[in-house]
Amino acid sequence: MSKPLKQIHLAAHFPGVNNTTVWSDPAAGSHIEFSSFAHFARTAERAKFDFLFLAEGLRLREQGGKIYDLDVVGRPDTFTILAALAAVTEHLGLTGTINSTFNEPYEVARQFASLDHLSGGRAAWNVVTSWDAFTGENFRRGGFLPQDERYSRAKEFLATTNELFDSWHGDEILADQASGTFLADAKAGAFVHQGQHFDIQGQFNVPRSPQGRPVIFQAGDSDEGREFAASSADAIFSRYSTLTEGQAFYTDVKSRLAKYGRRSDQLLILPAATFVLGDTDAEAEDLAKEVRRQQVSGATAIKHLEFVWNRDLSSYDPDGPLPDIDPDVSENHISKGRAQVRMYRDPLATAREWRERAAANNWSIRDLVIETGNRQAFIGSPSTVAKTINDFVQADASDGFILVPHITPTGLDPFADKVVPLLQEQGVFRTEYEGPTLRDHLGLAHPDEVREERAAS
Amino acid sequence: MSSTSPSPLHLAVALDGTGWHPASWREPVARPRDLFTAAYWADQVAEAERGLLDFVTFEDGLGLQSSHYGDLDGRTDQVRGRLDAVLIAARIAPLTSHIGLVPTVVSTHTEPFHISKAIATLDYVSTGRAGVRVQLSARPHEADHFGRRTFEPISLESLRTPAGQERLAEHFDEAADYIEVVRRLWDSWEDDAEIRDTATGRFVDREKLHYIDFEGRHFSVKGPSITPRPPQGQPVVSSLAHQTVPYRLVARATDIGYVTPHDTDDARAIVAEIRAEQQAAGRADEPLHIFGDLVVFLDDDEATAVARRERLDALAGEPYTSDARIFAGTPAQLADLLQELQSAGLTGFRLRPAVAGHDLPAITQGLVPELQRRDAFRRAYEADTLRGLLGLARPANRYAAAAATA
Repeated sequence: MSKPLKQIHLAAHFPGVNNTTVWSDPAAGSHIEFSSFAHFARTAERAKFDFLFLAEGLRLREQGGKIYDLDVVGRPDTFTILAALAAVTEHLGLTGTINSTFNEPYEVARQFASLDHLSGGRAAWNVVTSWDAFTGENFRRGGFLPQDERYSRAKEFLATTNELFDSWHGDEILADQASGTFLADAKAGAFVHQGQHFDIQGQFNVPRSPQGRPVIFQAGDSDEGREFAASSADAIFSRYSTLTEGQAFYTDVKSRLAKYGRRSDQLLILPAATFVLGDTDAEAEDLAKEVRRQQVSGATAIKHLEFVWNRDLSSYDPDGPLPDIDPDVSENHISKGRAQVRMYRDPLATAREWRERAAANNWSIRDLVIETGNRQAFIGSPSTVAKTINDFVQADASDGFILVPHITPTGLDPFADKVVPLLQEQGVFRTEYEGPTLRDHLGLAHPDEVREERAAS
Repeated sequence: MSSTSPSPLHLAVALDGTGWHPASWREPVARPRDLFTAAYWADQVAEAERGLLDFVTFEDGLGLQSSHYGDLDGRTDQVRGRLDAVLIAARIAPLTSHIGLVPTVVSTHTEPFHISKAIATLDYVSTGRAGVRVQLSARPHEADHFGRRTFEPISLESLRTPAGQERLAEHFDEAADYIEVVRRLWDSWEDDAEIRDTATGRFVDREKLHYIDFEGRHFSVKGPSITPRPPQGQPVVSSLAHQTVPYRLVARATDIGYVTPHDTDDARAIVAEIRAEQQAAGRADEPLHIFGDLVVFLDDDEATAVARRERLDALAGEPYTSDARIFAGTPAQLADLLQELQSAGLTGFRLRPAVAGHDLPAITQGLVPELQRRDAFRRAYEADTLRGLLGLARPANRYAAAAATA
């Protein structure tokens, strides 16, 4: 008997502070005005997507001691936008990245529990962590956190917020007007947490929300990150662009669940991906090349090379060969506030490899950055893209995708109009939402059911 | 309007749970089970907007509500629990079009960087109708929720001692720093910083982005904000004040101070004190609204309002007391009182409905028409922004101004 078809999960990432967001296109609108977010969210909901995703930034990026000005700069506050989007959508999940380093558990738990109430159960949290003093300069605590403590603080942060979410069971608000009993339990919300990072106690002041807790997302590819996700997350963002890499990641992460008493369907794997659609595959390929040229201007190419070389390369010609000098491997990095710099853990080796590849292919600096900077991308006609996505999911390379268009706010529209109907025809994507909450869309049980299940087994 | 008619007054409503009377939730109109839904708040704000009010405020706190000033009371017979006020305001913003939205934020335990971008974003999602009411917390049990600082137990009596005054001043100095940081961050982007210059590939002109470099006793903040300057430039900052130290904060740092006069002479004295502080702070020529806070029980005749108050007091088991004057009477009597207090120098009022489901509609459908009959209140919204409704100009950007004169 053949395996039943897996249902694909799809989400939409609002294009933002990254060189993949093409702001110079005449179709590009505001990335700040609420009308852009509302358009994007309505498109995602029209297409029956699981959720919308917002990234976060807490300090403007700098390079060479100056504010980086080539990409989109600036973004609104995550919680505020998600709460407002709850007013213009009915079903769409609302996922936001919130940093566990520059916040406190009580406040974040209040905000997510409030968002879950105000959206009728559609809140999700992408838990990220940071340690850098650069971002810390905007906050009371400063950049105090040693790098090796970032996951320990994140883990304890999440455990603490879960204690706060669980401090209300859901049956405390009686509001019995006749007897005059509002609260069934005077100690509703009581909590005590003593740990390495947090020593707090008291009473949480938001009653249990529709989803019990927000859905938890996690990104991070290190062994620690995978373990954190396996133990505590409902979904993990990955960045694997080939089928075999995707399958290896999928197998690895799913295999880690059992030791936490979890089933393999209790953690979804959702890589980020962009897409370029054309009437034909050839047309889409041409368009994709054009988009890449827009995403990587000569100036952008030089700046990206500086991430690896860690030197001012402004005197180099982006259309010329790569620098023959070696990267500066000192600690003080030319680029500040940018996560992808960490991808180049061995800059000398990366520089060597890039020089070899550029020489072998006769690539200029700009060509090299275009070729090496490619993310997971679906390029082709709608039917090709629908087929590729479905093949990827059915082959267990992921459970779905978080799509990032390159144009704000209309970039998602063609996908919604042309690809989604094909996936629906194939019976691998919903035509109606399964229920009101994000947990319903993702097929995740309510935490209370999970607790009962574990207790019963 | 003729020159003899009274100057129009400004009117806001303070939303808190099912209303300000602790037994308000037991009224048939109260909807206490809906308090944690968006629909409840949407309905309240829609009613306030139908009444053409300037704005609503949303109360908040970082601990459970309590009938004690400095500690939890363990009571189960009153509304306990609430949603984050900034998120409620944001959730309502797309559903409304004219009314100002002013959530409360607690400055003592939160990050001014986060609050600055949150209120700037509220201004974007409401297209220019955001404000903020800054509140501080010296409550030990709320400090325990954060675990970073400890506070000595506090009571209203202890605040009147010299040590209490010193502590109060310290807390308010921190709040002043907080507001300063939030305001600098709002200005840290010049209005025209986003240039989208395709010729040079530059999205922003970084010369128009500014580090705020704030260094204070409790925190330092580098800046710039990650959120561009909001539509109003500076959303409206407000604060509640009951004595000299808080009056000073109102005078130095806010656009609206809420005060609690008990009669006209009291109002006159408070206004004089705040105006003197404003002068001392060098802000004498800047507009600063002083709103009187009143708890209101409104009915068609006075006896009904008084009886309703007594009935609710009996339900609560004790007479309701408040920092603000408690009014029970008719819309016409309230209009008389407001105009009398206005003559003492108040520029507006923030009414606290005793029972939201009853007294909010009584304000919008009883008091407002009464004030309109007296030519004392607007008949239509005359502006699209909260600053516009309050007669406040869009402020120049401090950094742009500095750059222009440098």
